[in-house]
Amino acid sequence: MSLARKDLLGMRELTAEDIRLILDTAESMKEVAGRDIKKVPALRGKTLINLFYEPSTRTRTSFEIAGKWLSADVINVSTPSSSVAKGESLKDTGLTLQAMHPDIVVLRHPTSGAAELLARQLSAAVINAGDGAHEHPTQALLDLFTIREKKGRLEGLKAAIVGDIAHSRVARSNIHGMQKMGMEVRVAGPRTMLPCFIDRLGVEAFTDLERAIADVDVIMMLRLQLERQQAGLFPSIREYSRLFGLSVERLKAARSDVLIMHPGPINRGVEISPEVADGPYSLILNQVENGVAVRMALLYLLAGGGQAG
Amino acid sequence: MAAELNEKAQILDPAGIQRAVTRIAHEIVERNNGTDELVLIGLRSRGVDLARRIAKELKMIGGADIPVGTLDVTLYRDDLGKVGPQPVVRKTEIPFSINEKRVVLVDDVLYTGRTIRAAMDGLIDLGRPRLIQLAVLVDRGHRELPIRADYVGKNVPTSHQEQVQVLLTEEDGLDRVLVLKEQEKVR
Repeated sequence: MSLARKDLLGMRELTAEDIRLILDTAESMKEVAGRDIKKVPALRGKTLINLFYEPSTRTRTSFEIAGKWLSADVINVSTPSSSVAKGESLKDTGLTLQAMHPDIVVLRHPTSGAAELLARQLSAAVINAGDGAHEHPTQALLDLFTIREKKGRLEGLKAAIVGDIAHSRVARSNIHGMQKMGMEVRVAGPRTMLPCFIDRLGVEAFTDLERAIADVDVIMMLRLQLERQQAGLFPSIREYSRLFGLSVERLKAARSDVLIMHPGPINRGVEISPEVADGPYSLILNQVENGVAVRMALLYLLAGGGQAG
Repeated sequence: MAAELNEKAQILDPAGIQRAVTRIAHEIVERNNGTDELVLIGLRSRGVDLARRIAKELKMIGGADIPVGTLDVTLYRDDLGKVGPQPVVRKTEIPFSINEKRVVLVDDVLYTGRTIRAAMDGLIDLGRPRLIQLAVLVDRGHRELPIRADYVGKNVPTSHQEQVQVLLTEEDGLDRVLVLKEQEKVR
């Protein structure tokens, strides 16, 4: 069994079997992460380039650690200090990197489809670490891993994704991933943040938080992209917080064993109250921890031999 | 399996496997002056079954429960970058410290020695054992590295064209060791 693909561009292209292989491999990788000596030689001699056109702490660090624990050489390129600041196009940056023969390129880019464009240029494996409002597949995979770890299964579970659905690549990737694994997904947010035709993805849309979270196994809160407040999608942060912020009070509408997730970075007191973020059912830090194991699994599956090169 | 294989011979029957396991257990006790600080680490997947059987024998001999761990060597293989199907990474489960322990690695077949090389690298990453010994059910020769077994169930001279297949009840529903020969292609 192997991932029969060169790149990972989105959850939409994966089959349930692919996802299961990635999650199972990640379980084995998590054991390595728990050792005193966190290093295995699987990717010795392989080169991983992290190419980030947007700010990121957890995703970039997570890929860097994952690569290093597998013994790959990891190079970080962030745009303010690179030739991108001199106006080099993504295509030319890609061709330049290609000439240095990396095995894996991890790309974060503000434009939807950027990872696919790069994947067509490079013979290296390209992993999409977030492209515009399109997809963020490794986030969805680590979310699925975390849910499966806590609940023991994915099939038949119900999840509510709450926040700015329209602009969220995390939401899009999770909807695809959860549905493929047999979960039921609903979304909730202000009407201005719910995409038109969301029902075509097979999810139910709610504009009332308490109705959305009643009876679900997982609540996934999205970061309120404060930079979007100027766009007039909601009148004020305080109002958004009152209607869609997850507080201890609002949480009473949910089941007592509900899991609470957030891809980070969190706006404390906006979409999630500190008591909930730090509370007993919050998996926010488990998500970060599992992100390394899931990314190790992907790096191994895409570049760890089997396929020629 | 790409090439057609013909069954050539059965080299161990259930009773033969049982005797080999019992003898290996006795030899382990003798060589280590008992079972103090002893741990068994089985290589996935049939090595783990054999390690559990040896532990059971050791308990009958010395009365002590010997810890058994599971080692998956996939991440340490030296042929990962080579063309071929990608091996599935499975879990290493060693829920005890191996520091200063007498570690007996257990595998079903010893052949080139490359798996054992990978296993020793894997073990050293988990701690510093006092010593490492190797127990195998079948030694079929053809070493490519300077590695030898301390405990051998049966030495079986083979050719490269042959395959040694170990079947154990836990995995396969029956106990048997077979030598299979590659069938000549008839055109």
